[in-house]
Parts: sequence; C-alpha cells; structure tokens
Amino acid sequence: MATLALLQARQTYVGKQYYYRNNVVNTFREQENAAVVKIQSWFRGCQIRAYLRHLGRAATIIQKWWRSYLGRKQFQLTVKVAYYTMKMNLYNAMAVRIQKRWRGYKVRKYLFNYFYFKEYLRAVSETNDAIREALEEFAEMKEREEKKANLEREERKKNHQARKTHYLLSTNQIPGIYNSPFRKEPDPWELRLQKVKPLTHRKPKVKEEYNTDLTSWLACTSARSFPPSEILPPINRKQCQGPFRDITDVLEQRYKPLEPTLWVTEPINELKLAREQLRREQWVRNVNDNMFFPFASYHKNSKYIPSIHTSSKYGPDSYGKQQFRAENPKKWICDKDFQTVLPSFELFSKYGKLYSKAGEIV
Amino acid sequence: MVAELATRPQNIETLQNAGVMSLLRPLLLDVVPTIQQTAALALGRLANYNDDLAEAVVKGDILPQLVYSLAEQNRFYKKAAAFVLRAVGKHSPQLAQAIVDCGALDTLVICLEDFDPGVKEAAVWAIGYIARHNAELSQAVVDAGAVPLLVLCIQEPEIALKRIAASALSDISKHSPELAQTVVDAGAIAHLAQMILNPDSKLKRQVLSALSQVAKHSVDLAEMVVEAEIFPVVLTCLKDKDEYVKKNACTLIREIAKHTPELSQLIVNAGGVAAVIDCIGSCKGNIRLPGIMMLGYVAAHSENLAMAVIISKGVPQLSICLSEEPEDHIKAAAAWALGQIGRHTPEHARAVAVTNTLPVLLALYMSAESSEDLQVKSKKAIKNILQKCTYLPALEPFLYDAPPNILKHVVGQFSKVLPHDSKARRLFVTSGGLKKVQEIKAEPGSLLQEYIHSINNCYPEEIVRYYSPGYSDTLLQRVDSYQPLIN
Repeated sequence: MATLALLQARQTYVGKQYYYRNNVVNTFREQENAAVVKIQSWFRGCQIRAYLRHLGRAATIIQKWWRSYLGRKQFQLTVKVAYYTMKMNLYNAMAVRIQKRWRGYKVRKYLFNYFYFKEYLRAVSETNDAIREALEEFAEMKEREEKKANLEREERKKNHQARKTHYLLSTNQIPGIYNSPFRKEPDPWELRLQKVKPLTHRKPKVKEEYNTDLTSWLACTSARSFPPSEILPPINRKQCQGPFRDITDVLEQRYKPLEPTLWVTEPINELKLAREQLRREQWVRNVNDNMFFPFASYHKNSKYIPSIHTSSKYGPDSYGKQQFRAENPKKWICDKDFQTVLPSFELFSKYGKLYSKAGEIV
Repeated sequence: MVAELATRPQNIETLQNAGVMSLLRPLLLDVVPTIQQTAALALGRLANYNDDLAEAVVKGDILPQLVYSLAEQNRFYKKAAAFVLRAVGKHSPQLAQAIVDCGALDTLVICLEDFDPGVKEAAVWAIGYIARHNAELSQAVVDAGAVPLLVLCIQEPEIALKRIAASALSDISKHSPELAQTVVDAGAIAHLAQMILNPDSKLKRQVLSALSQVAKHSVDLAEMVVEAEIFPVVLTCLKDKDEYVKKNACTLIREIAKHTPELSQLIVNAGGVAAVIDCIGSCKGNIRLPGIMMLGYVAAHSENLAMAVIISKGVPQLSICLSEEPEDHIKAAAAWALGQIGRHTPEHARAVAVTNTLPVLLALYMSAESSEDLQVKSKKAIKNILQKCTYLPALEPFLYDAPPNILKHVVGQFSKVLPHDSKARRLFVTSGGLKKVQEIKAEPGSLLQEYIHSINNCYPEEIVRYYSPGYSDTLLQRVDSYQPLIN
C-alpha cells in the first residue's frame, strides 16, 4: 500500500514530468512534422513519378506492340493484294496469249480462210481470162464466118451477072470488051464469062389443075393395083433389043383408066331399089299407116278407152313451175327467215360476172 | 374498086379524112373475098399510121364485124383482120381495152391454132401489142388461154413467128410475178433457153428480153431461169455484133445477179463479170447501163464478190465510164457502182482510190450542172469510200477543195491513220497537209475539232505552232517587243 500512496503522491509529478518530457518533443514536433511531411511528400512524389514513368513506359511498349501488330496486319493485307494483282495480271497476260492464238486460228480456219480466198480469187481471174479468150475466139470466128458469107455472096452475084451477060464473051473472030488485044492478059471477067453457063429464062410453071372428075377416081386406085401413070420407067434400064412399040403408047394403053358403060355402072337390082325408094317416099307422105279396107264400120269393134286425164274426177294437179316458188304464209311455222350460220361461199358469188377484171370499163 | 383500094394504102401521107372509114366499112361486107381482104388491109394501114384514125376505126363499130368474120374467112382475110387489130391496139390502153371488149381475144386465140404461119404471126403480133400496155390487159390475154399456144408458136420453124412469139411472151411476163409464173408454168423457159443459140440477132434480142422480164420478179423465177443452163451460153451473146443483143444479155445477167449473193456468186464463178466488163468497154451510151448496174449489184452483196469485181479489172473500166459518158443517169449509175465496190474494207477503198476516181466524183458532186440524182449518188459514193479509205495520197487533194461536210470525213480518216504511221506523218507534213489542217476553222466541241486535235497531238508543239496561221505575225510581234540585252 505504500507504494500505491507513493505513486499517488508522485502522480501529478509523474504526470507533469510525463507532460514535460513528452512536450520536449513538441517543440520540434512541428518542425519535424513539416520536415517529415516534406520528406514524405517528396518521396511519395518520386514514388508516384517513378510509377508514372513506369506506367508511361509500359503504355509505350503496349502501344508499340499494338501498332506494330496493326502495321503487320496491314502489310500482310497489302502483300496479299499485290500478290493477287500480280497473279491476275499474269493470268490475264496468258489468257490474252491464248485468245490471240485462238482467235487467229478460228478466223483463219473457219471464218475467213485467207489462203482459200486468195486461191478463189486466183481461180476467178483465171476463169475470167479463159472466158475472155473464148469470147475473143468466138468473136473472131463470127467475123470470119461473116466475111466468108460476104465473099460467097459477092461471088454468087458476080457469077449471076456473068451468066446474064455471057454474050460479052469473046469469039475467035471478035475479041470481047474484056479481052482487048492491047492487053497482056484478058480481064478476070473474061475468065469468069468463060467458066459460067449461060442464063436462060425460065418458062413460067403451069400449075396442074387438080383432077376431080369421076373417071380418074374409078381407075383402080388401091395400092395393090397398077401404079399411077406419073411414075416414069427407070433410066438405067438396058434398052431391050428389037423393034418395039413406042413406050408411051404402051403405057397409055396399059394404064388406061376404066371407062365402064352405063349398063355396067348401074347396080344389078336397080329396079328393085327404085321401087323401094318410091315406096319410102310415099310412106313419108302417109297420114295413116293402116291399109284401107271397105266396110269400115264392120271392122270397128274396139271399145273406146278414154285417157286417164279426162276420166278422173280430180282436176289438174298443183304441180309445175308456178308452184315451185309459191309462198304459203299460212303454212309457215315461224315468222323469221333463215339465217346463215356459215359464211357464204364466195366462189359462186361472182357467177355471171367475169372472174377476171378484163372487160370491165375502166 | 379493088384497084382504088389497092392504091389507097400507098398514099396514106396525104391525109385522108374520116370519110374513108364509112367507105371502107361496107366494103368489108362485100361478097368478093379479095375486096374484103384489101379493105381490111387498107383499114389496117390507116389505123397503123395514126391513133386518131385508130379511134375512128373503133368508133365506127368495125371491130365486131372484123371479129365475127375472123372466125370464118380464109387465111388472107384473117391476116388482114389481125393486122387491123394490131394497128388499133398498139396506140393506147383504152383502144386495146376496146378490142378486148369486143371479144377479139378469143378469136385471136383461135387464129393461133391455124396452120398457116402468116396467120399465126399476125395473131401473135396483135396479142403482143395488146398485152404490152398494162397488167389487166395481160391478165385478159392469159385468161383467154393464149400462153400455151404462144409456147407452141415458139417451137415453130419460122423465124419471124418465133421472134414475135418471144416478144409477146416478154410483154406478158413483164407486168407482175403471177403473169411471169404463168408463162413459166407453160414451159416457156426451156424453149427460150434453147433459142439463145440461134444465129438470128433479132430473135436473140426478144428471147433475152423475155428471159430477163421473167427473171426480174423474184428469186425463184431467177433460179428457174438459171437452171435452164443459160450460163455460159449467154456470155457468147455479149460478143454479138448487134448492140441490143448485148444490152438485153447484160439486162438478163443483171436481173439474175441482183436477187441474192448466191446467184451473184454463180455468175462470178462462170466468169460472167469479165465478160460484162469487156462488153461495157466495147459499147457506148445507153447500152452500157445494164452492165454497169450489174457490177454494182454484184459488188453490193458482199466484200468477197466486190473483191472479185476488183480483180476482174472492173474499177478502171467503171472510172472510164464515169469520165467519158455525157449522160447524167449513166454517170450516176457508175458512181453508185463504184460506191458499192469501195465501201467494204480499206483494201477495196484503196483499189478504188488508186485509179484517181475520187476527184472525178468530187467534181461531179460539186458541179452545178449535174442532175440531183447524180449529185446524191456521187455524194453517197464519196462518203462510203472515204469512211474506209486509208490510202493517204488519194485523200490529200480532198483537203484543199472539198466542202465542209466531206472535209469532216477526210480529216477523220487522217486522224485515224496518222497516230500509227510515222512515214505517213512525215509525208503529211512535207506535202503541206498539216498547214492546211491548221487553216480549217472548226467550231469547238464539234467532231471536226476533235479530229484536228488528235492530229495535232501527233506532232510536237513547235511544229504545230509553226504551221498555224499567223505564225509569222506572232514571230514579228515577239521581235518588236524584245528588249535586246544591253551589256
């Protein structure tokens, strides 16, 4: 207990001592606090700044990497595109080469064969030349023929002239006009006159009248009988020996036409035929063919039969042209006329008119 | 009386008035046949001379009497009556219609079956003149059943009858395709084709004309004519002495060639083009026209055929025609043909341009004397050829004297060729073409301006400026304004 009382007596002293001892620190506490705060703030600042620097570096690194990643991606894309373009260009170039070859081949082979065309044109020009030559020859031939024809005509004319004037030929005594003694050679006309046959006038031809009289018809004209007298005997027949009658007399006699007498020309049953003819003529004029018998009423024993038209009780029938087109309106069942269902047949609509327009007045 | 009538036909030139008709008419009904014949002959000669007299014949009601007695009388009367009908029918369609109205066609057709060749000839002649005028009359003739008889007449040995029958067939078939088909159906083509070989030239004229009238209507008819194997015989007709035979042969070939390329090919393969070109060279005037048109048609079908025409030496001949001929329509045809040849490819245009025809064409286009047709055709030809022409020496003269619408094409061609050819560029400059091009005034934005621009781009700047107009003035201006360096 003593300690306690000691302690309690020291309490205030201890308290004050405690306060004073602790208060010592107080005097520098502000200063020290401020210093400490300064140091701490400076240190925290450094710390934070270091931290911020660190962060900045980290951000840079991240951004660096990120951007390089993006760039690489872009680059790959560019490379891809460039590669693709390069390939496509290559393909295009190759395709152009193929198309070039193919189109050239196609046009040359199927569409327009240049060499064939050249050949064709050459063939055409050759044909042209051949035709031209042939036509030239033809024209020349024609000319030659025409010249020849002209020359022949001239010749014939001259010959005809010479024939007409053959009397101008020179004789032994008198030289003709074309054979003058002062000339060295006779004129060509002279030679022509010598060659040519003199012209004589033709007698007008008498036209034979066509013989139509009966006697020449009655001569045996069948092919099996003697030939007609116009045929002359053959010329080269050797003359038979001996005095013979004149050949014309002989032939005249041989082929003398038949001249029958009247008794021969008439038919043998002439009388009978004449009677028949007379009977026929009279029969034409007969009114009644029956023979005439006397006692006429004795033979009349047939009953008279009247005709059916007179003996019927009905009148003349309603038949005939007038009734064909008669209209009977009471008998009609309907009051409308026929209607055409099918179109009319135009072929006959022009009946009575001409089928062509010829003859219509314009 | 007979003697009086017989002398009357000799002096038709002393004009007889219409009293003659009434005098002659009762004489036709005279008992003596010689008087009838001579009366008919006199009527025919009068009607032949003048169409008023022919009208008087129709009005005087003589025709029915003639037609009626045609059926019965002897052959001299038939000949004279057919002569009258022919003389009346040849003047105009109305008179021919009057003849048909009297029913003369049936009696004429009956005359065609007569034995005497003179009667047949007169009847065929009358039928031919009637059918010549228009299609209805030809149809009437065909309806009367004349065509098979005409084909029979062609086969007769007399040359005059053949001639007239061929000309009648040609007159019938020229109007329409159906009539031509009727003629073909009667089997006329084979006989006509055989008669081409006949030496008589008037007959050949008519036969060729008939075949060309048949062939002109359609492709089928032309093919049928070709199937009758007329080539190459027709080409010999091109060398005939008679001008009209040549003309009709050219017409026939032209009608065949104009339908399809295959037919033209056939003609080219048979050497027809060369023959026609020679024929053109040997004729003058209107005879040449169908040949020129034929070349144009052949060249128009395709470029191969045009090349065939070129190698057959057609272009020099055509250009000779173009420059020599006085008539405008022949020149127009030649211009058209040249245009057809040159319009296909640059080779063709070059072939045409080489022969120096382009200046001639230009002159024709510009001259005031040419007819409108000629101007139009030459303009088209120039345009077609220029659009394909790359032969620069021929184009250069055009720069100087062409009108603006043609100049446009010329400059266009230059602008196409110059960028690729260095020698041509050099030649262009040295010949003064560049200078001329600079002088051309063109609206900005027009096609001409673009062409000039593209030509200028082919040359360095200084040369273009050197040749531009007024360059010497600008140089002098620069000299004036230059301050010399004073040092």
